Formats: sequence, structure tokens, C-alpha cells
Amino acid sequence: MPKKYHIDVQPIANRFPVIGRSGIVDWGEGCLKCAKCVKTECIYGVYKNRSFSTSIMADTIDEFCKSCFRCVQGCPKRLIHKTINPEWETLGDELYTPEIISINWEQAATGKIPVSGAGYGGKFSGAGFDSMWTDMSEIVRPTRDGIHGREYISTVVDLGRRLPRLEFDNNGKLLSKLPHSIRIPIPIVFDIFPFGDLSPRVWSAVVAAAVRLGTLVIMPYENAKRYPDFAAQIVALLSNDLIGKVDVSHFRMVELPDDRNTLESLVFLKRQFPELIVSVRMEAKSSPDNFRRVLEYNSSQVDVIHYVANENGHEPGIQNGLHLKDLIREINSGLLKEGLRDQVNLLASGGIAMAEHVIKSLLCGANLVGVDISLLIALECRVCRNCRDGLPCPVSISKINPKWGTQRIVNLVGAWHNQLLEMMGAMGIREARRLRGEQGRVMFREDLENDTFAQLFTEPNF
Amino acid sequence: MYYRNIWNEVPEPKVEHAPSRFGRALGKYTVRVLDACTDCLKCVAICPQGVFQSKGNRLPPTLDHLCLGVECAKKPNRCVKNCPVNAIRVGLNPSSKALGDHRWTPDLLMSAWHMAETGKLPPNDLEYRVGESEGGFDKLRFRFPKQPPIPDLDRSQIDTCVSLNKKKDGRFDIMIPIPIYGGGMSFGSISQITMLSRIRAFAAWGSYTSTGEGGYPEALYPFDDHIITQVATGLFGVKEETIKRVKIIEFKYAQGAKPGLGGHLLGPKVTEAVARIRETVPGTSLFSPFPFHSVYSIEDHKKHLDWIKTVNPKGLVSVKVSTPSDVDMVAVGSYFAGAHIIHLDGSYGGTGAAPDVAKKNIAMPIEYAIPKVHSFLVNEGVRDELTLIASGGIRSAFDVAKAIALGADGVVTGTSELVALECVRCHNCESGRGCARGIATTDPELVGLMDLQWGTQRIINTLSCWKDQLQEILFRLGLRSIRELVGNTEVLAHLDYSGARPDDDIRSSLV
Repeated sequence: MPKKYHIDVQPIANRFPVIGRSGIVDWGEGCLKCAKCVKTECIYGVYKNRSFSTSIMADTIDEFCKSCFRCVQGCPKRLIHKTINPEWETLGDELYTPEIISINWEQAATGKIPVSGAGYGGKFSGAGFDSMWTDMSEIVRPTRDGIHGREYISTVVDLGRRLPRLEFDNNGKLLSKLPHSIRIPIPIVFDIFPFGDLSPRVWSAVVAAAVRLGTLVIMPYENAKRYPDFAAQIVALLSNDLIGKVDVSHFRMVELPDDRNTLESLVFLKRQFPELIVSVRMEAKSSPDNFRRVLEYNSSQVDVIHYVANENGHEPGIQNGLHLKDLIREINSGLLKEGLRDQVNLLASGGIAMAEHVIKSLLCGANLVGVDISLLIALECRVCRNCRDGLPCPVSISKINPKWGTQRIVNLVGAWHNQLLEMMGAMGIREARRLRGEQGRVMFREDLENDTFAQLFTEPNF
Repeated sequence: MYYRNIWNEVPEPKVEHAPSRFGRALGKYTVRVLDACTDCLKCVAICPQGVFQSKGNRLPPTLDHLCLGVECAKKPNRCVKNCPVNAIRVGLNPSSKALGDHRWTPDLLMSAWHMAETGKLPPNDLEYRVGESEGGFDKLRFRFPKQPPIPDLDRSQIDTCVSLNKKKDGRFDIMIPIPIYGGGMSFGSISQITMLSRIRAFAAWGSYTSTGEGGYPEALYPFDDHIITQVATGLFGVKEETIKRVKIIEFKYAQGAKPGLGGHLLGPKVTEAVARIRETVPGTSLFSPFPFHSVYSIEDHKKHLDWIKTVNPKGLVSVKVSTPSDVDMVAVGSYFAGAHIIHLDGSYGGTGAAPDVAKKNIAMPIEYAIPKVHSFLVNEGVRDELTLIASGGIRSAFDVAKAIALGADGVVTGTSELVALECVRCHNCESGRGCARGIATTDPELVGLMDLQWGTQRIINTLSCWKDQLQEILFRLGLRSIRELVGNTEVLAHLDYSGARPDDDIRSSLV
């Protein structure tokens, strides 16, 4: 039996107090000094454990409160209130919502999959990935794998070209030469950060986490060459004018930007380094021209098409562009129609903010995904983007201890991996490679609406 | 004085006042009385809702959850304007925003508490019908005709019964007088008092409650005829003896909140008592397997049902499944396997503990599953021989009526009873000692926060108010029986598809 993939998560403290959803507002004025004050009765010991934090110059009370409202109801003078924390409400942006940032913080701190009581409390559905539900298997499904324990679920994916078929001679000896590929244990690689208070400390943390997880990290060549010892885990992003001028022999994989000279570079690299895995980094755009180039790269033996959406998971440079999930579906079905889907790998990135986005991208047709901002969130990023404007980072990410940063990222990916296993177990799918493009095992809101409500409620003249 | 053992008794379904257990109830508005108050008690006489009470010629803390709001308070003949020393302030309760979530909004929680306290709809402007999830039930509205189609229909005589055995196969012929029964909540996930409060309240209304997968504690024995025993993948506490005790047996294949995953009960909640009933070790986390490893085909499924039917020759069998894309096939398969009830649990259903990723993303919401299964069963010609029950996000009487109009015969609820018992939806039931409000906990100290009689009464009141609302809805639609509503989608409008914005408020008839 092969060695089991295990991610070593360990709880690791936050550097800064967490910004919580709600806060306690506690008026002292008018207090009756009851003999048995509700504050002494708190079952979580919130009032007992509170302290003054000099790092934020504020009370830590809100970190402990679990919003049971007993003190709010119990105080006879109504002196205690709960309010939504305005600082929490303004965290992040449309995609990286306060909820998503909080839940990723928690996973980075604990390494655990978020489990809670009571049913789902969110919106019915939403844009992008929130308009999909994954399927599950109940009783009568012959396609269901027997899953006898989650340790038998594999999340391995391979990066490299695939042969359309294997050829054997009359004696059963394999004649085909198998293309080289890289096997990684999770369908997640680390992508280039679109922003961030970055420093060599941060890079060390990210590289070390990739090494510990056995995955890859994409970084510009200038950065990549600083970590020669870890070149096996690093994907160097080259510019086309560097091709032939710099030594790439120690890398297992490189990435090329998508421009006029890419095809030439690709052909050159494939000839010079037959074992090198080459990816082309393309803007994820829904255009015939884009798809034509994908086909060209494919016929020049590209291993990976890296489709990059913008920070919020949409078509870059376009107002109201398509969401990454639709872009993936489009290129996936385009390649299927051409009969080429199995030859090339599709890596999708941009806007992968939660564990569920990984599996949903795969179900739409990606082989694997790249994550970026979520890794910064593991390092306590608040997605304020101050760094982009040259303002100081509120949590000084550049000053982290690399060891702390590594564990935080390992924890986050560990928790995501666990959630992948949960969802795959529910679907009865034992292999992450089989998730790719399995659109029969996912339900899209538009289809469900068309099947049910549109039939029942569409009014003829509306 | 004599001691009445209410632990063995099925109570009367009568509404009685059951105020909050925790100091003052939370309301949408706060009423503040400043120190300038001279205890003249003029406000006590003025307020139509009894916000102000007198206690030995003094004004005790106000019951501000009863307040009708700022508009009322500022009227010339009401409290604010008539206080001789101008000491009354009425405003929105700043804490209310921090309550609840998109599905259970602060308004929905507070109106549910009001129903549980009084058995009536809240008289103020609280939204009591829908939440703010922006889809499904929250986008559906009833289209009531301007005038009731049958004006002389006696509301109290409108029939809300549902048959649980439509097969008429010689097994128990069970009709429940309300189209609702209690869903499985195991001993361990909730306290024994919570469990018994639900069972007694549903029994009072002539209905049933499922045990959940945590076994059959002895305290439930007096209510055998109102209990559905659950056989889930963990098989905790499942014995021939418990299967024989009851009239309905439920197979839990999956649960909407965590479809495709087994039950979760984390270690700290597995006390001695819980472990004994479940036949396990105290303090160990209990994860049920998934799926039933004895069922990989419809033939296996039939074998399962045959086993139960042999053990209990008169009992009805319910099959509880979640909502995958082929839920319609599962339903018809269960019919041919011999089920009396097919129970669909939608993906937004309740749970004592589940991974967040599962609650949100796996399987479809119940609103899609009901019409899908209903029409499939109709087309297969078997709809009349199967009771279709829906659950997973039924929060209000309006959700019940909408689920039925979409095609269900009745519904199963769970969370809404916990809300009646003053759950605030803080989502912490899974951890440590469990619920700080003494509902979903097994901690001996926290369990003591609730008293059985109070808990039972709160749920009786809620069901009473729901029944009144259902009858009012049927009255306004001119229907004599809830069975005429089943699959009758003509009475509904969906805001995404309809130009009209029908107002389906029925408060004026039911305050």
C-alpha cells in the first residue's frame, strides 16, 4: 500500500486579536450593582477572561463571546448590548467577504475543518460558485465508489501530457513512450500574489509550505532563483525574452506568459528540455482568439494551460465579465469537442477563496487550481489592499516569522484538503482526477430553476 | 397538594402564556424609562400591549418585546407623549441586528418567540413569514383572492389532516391532525428535556416525533404511540425491541445538512447517559458511517424495509433521504421497495453539528426537490399511494403551506421548535458543553436551565399558532382541506418570475 498523504496541522496562535463579527457594548452607567451580576454567570467566562491588549489598544472581550445573548437578556437595566462590529463588516471586498476572511483565519489558526451547530444560515444562492451545489449519492447509484474510510480517497493529480492511447507489441510489451509528468498530492498549487506586503520572510514561508505539502509554488524567475534548494517545488514564471538566456535545467516546471513569442519559446523549451513541464499563463477570457491560441499551444505540446481570472474570479479587463466557473466550463467543453481534453491540463486560478471553490472548479472542468489571496489571509491579511497604495500593512505581514507563516499556510491547506475529502466522500468519488469536468455530479442553479420554478411560475406576458 | 408526574402525561393542546426564561425577552424595540420616572404608572394604563406593568405601585423593568414600535409610541395618546416627566424613550433595539442569520432573521426569530409565548402572531411589524435568504421560500408569495372565495367557511373546521399510510395495506392507518411532525433530533445532540418537550407537544396535537439516531431513552416509553424510531447508519441503540415499540419506523439514509456524511456527535456531549443509550464509551466523538454499507442497490433497500416490516408487522416505514440530482428516482425506488412515507430532507436543514462546507454546498435546497419529486411521482402514477414529507429549512407556517403547495403532503420541523425554546441561532451547539441556553446540550448544569412543562407549552403554543395560520391561508384561498393545497402551485407567485408583488400578510385576522 502506498504511503498515505497526511498534512501535519497544528494549532498556532494569531499574532493579532481576531476581528469578530459582533461586539459587546457594555454601559457602566446606571448599573444597579446586583448581588448576582449576569457577567459572573457567563458560561464561556468571557468577562472573567477579558484583558486589555496593548497591540490593538482595546479590550479582548469580543474574541471570547459566542453571542448566546444571556447577559443581554439578563441585565435588569438593559446595560449590555451586542452589535455588529463595523470593523468586521468593512473587511475585504465582494468576493473576500468578512465571513470568508473570518473562516479562513480560523482554519489557518486551527488547521481544522469548520464544523458548527444548526443548519445553514446563508443566502439561498448567489453569484459565481454560490450558484452550484455538488451532488451526493444515496442508495441507488451504481456509479458510487465504495468508500471504506476517507484515507482511501485520493486527491492526487498529475501535471503533464497524456497519450491518447497506449501501444503494445505482440508480446504485450509497452511500445509507447510515456510522457514525463509531475504528480502532486493535492489539486492545489500556490499562485503569484496580486498584491501583498511581501518580503523574503513571506516567500520563505510560502516555499516551505509548498515543500511540506508536496505541492508547487509559481513565482517570478527573479524570485525563484533565490531558492535553488527547493527548485523542485518551484514553478518559475519566465518572460519570453529570458528564454535561452537563463538556466532552467534545475526546475521541473516553468511557466510562460501568453504573448507573441510564446509559441516559439514553448517549442524551444520542449526541444531543449524534454522532461520539463511547461505551462502557459493566459488571461481567462471568453474569446475565439483565446481558444485558438489554446489549440496552438496544445499542438506544440504544452503541458498545462493556466487560465487566470482576475482577483475576484472574473474575466480580466472586462466589465461584468464571466465568472471563472463559466470560463472553465467553456474551455473544457471546447477541448472536449475537439477531442483534445485528455491531452492537456487546465490549471485555473483567480478568486479561489474557499475549499468548496476548489472542488467546484474541478467539477466544471479544471484539473487543478491555483490559490493566491487566500494564502495571504492565512497570514492574517485583511484584504484591505493598503499595500497596493503603498500604505502600511495593518498586520505587518512582511515581518512574520517564516516558521509561523509556514504552519499557518499548511493549516489552511490541510483544512481545505479535509473538506475536499468530505465532499468527495459525499459524492462517492474516490479520485480527484475523476472530478475533472464531472458536470453530471453538480447542480447549477439555472438548470434547477429551469426544471422547476421556471416551468411553474413563468407568466406568459412578463 | 399532590404531585403530578407530567413526565408520563400527554398534555392538552391548549395555549397558555409561557414567557421568556431569560430575564426579559428580546424584542425589535427597546423601551427605556429614565431615572426621572416618578412611578405615576400613567403609562401602565395607556399602553395597549402591556409593555408597562405595575408591581407594588412601582414600575418594574418594561416588557419591551411587546412594544408596537416607535410609530405607536409617538402617537398623541400613547406612552411617550403622555409621560408627565417625559421619561420614556422608544427606539430600535440595537442588539437585534446581531441576532440570527439570513435564513432566520432577527424578525423571524422574534416573531417565533412571540408565537411560542402567546400562541398568537406578533401584533407589531415583525416579519413572521419569510427570511432574507433571497431565494426559495423567501421568494414565494401566496396569491390570495381579494375576497375569500367561500366566505361562510368556518376556519376552525378547515381540515388539516394528513394520512401517513396511503397504501392501505392493512398496516396502521395513521392520520395526523396537523400536517407536521417532529424531525429526528437525537438524545445527545439535544437534552432529554428538549426531546421530551418536543415529543409531548407533538403528542398533544396528535402527531409524532422522531427519535433521531441516538437511541430510545427509557423516558420516552410513555409516549410510544407518538414516536417514530429512527434507524440510521450508526445504528446507535437500534434493537428489535425499540422497533417493535412504535407505529412508525424511519430509515435515515441521509440528512440534508450533511448529505453524504454520517452523523457527528462530538466527544464532550457524549455523557454517561448518552453513551449508555448509544451503547458506546463516554467522551468519545461519534461519527456515523455513510452510507448504509448494507445498501448499494434498490434490491438491498427493499431488503432493509422488509426486515423492519417483519420485525414490526403493523408498523409504517418512512424513508428519509437527502436531495441529490436523482432524488426523484430515489423516491420512486423507495415506493417500489414498500415505503409508506418518503421524507425529503433539503440541503438547508438543521443539525447539531456538521461541516460548514457540507451545509452550504451539497445537494439541492428542498424548494427544488419537492416539485421535482411530486411531478415525477404523479407521472409514474404512484403519487396517491405515497406520503411525501418535506423538511430542511421549514421555519414558519408559511413555509409549511408553501412546501405543501409545491407538492408535499406535509412537513417535518426541528429547528423551529428549538427557536420556540429560545434558541438564538448562535451556531455553537456542536462544541464543548453545547448550548448556552440549555437546549442542545447534555451538560447537567445547562440542562437545568429549562423546565419540561415550560418547554412543552412553548411548542404547543407555536403549533397552535401555525395551525391557525394554515387554516387562515386555506380560508383565504377557499380550500376546505389542506389536501386540496397539495401541488397547487397556482396559488403561489415567485418574485423572480412574477410582475406582481402579492401581499400575503394575514396578521389582521390572527393577532
